[in-house]
Amino acid sequence: MSWIHIFFALILLLAIAAGMIRILRGPTAADRMMTAQLFGTCGVAILLLLSAGMASPVLVDIALVFALLAALATLTFVRRTWQDPGKKRHGYPLL
Amino acid sequence: MDILYYSGTFILIIGLLFFLSGTVGLIRFPDIYTRLHALTKADNVGLGCVICGLSLQSCNWMLIVKLLLIWLLVMVASSASCHLIASSAMQKNIKPWTRS
Repeated sequence: MSWIHIFFALILLLAIAAGMIRILRGPTAADRMMTAQLFGTCGVAILLLLSAGMASPVLVDIALVFALLAALATLTFVRRTWQDPGKKRHGYPLL
Repeated sequence: MDILYYSGTFILIIGLLFFLSGTVGLIRFPDIYTRLHALTKADNVGLGCVICGLSLQSCNWMLIVKLLLIWLLVMVASSASCHLIASSAMQKNIKPWTRS
């Protein structure tokens, strides 16, 4: 057990708890989804710090899957509920 | 080995500061575009600093390559999500915030 890494992970948990304010106050749905993206990035960092702190390399793979799922969640939200279907898109057709 | 460990801890602390500033920006900025700016820039720099610090402290080359791949994946995903949210907000006629 390396306590300094676990202490850093606790500080990142505090950052996530502060992000809850934006979920409660967000005027649009996209603000709440951006907070979910913050949870994804912070969660990846927390998992990496815990894998260093508890010396368990399995958590690195869990962080990889977590990053993938956070990206897919944001993308699905934007395409399914946030965009108006049937409206003509401008700019680069990313998806 | 000691100097690598302590420099890695220093870079980890810098990464934590970037994460905290990104969270403060997400809470305090007035507009969806400025919030996106704070979130995607500061948090990815913070994650990069965390990954650099952990790579300095680890002595396993495969683990370092895996960490760098995770960082690359998070950067690509975050920039794609940022572009999607911003272009959709422009479509929905959400006006950017101006000092007025």
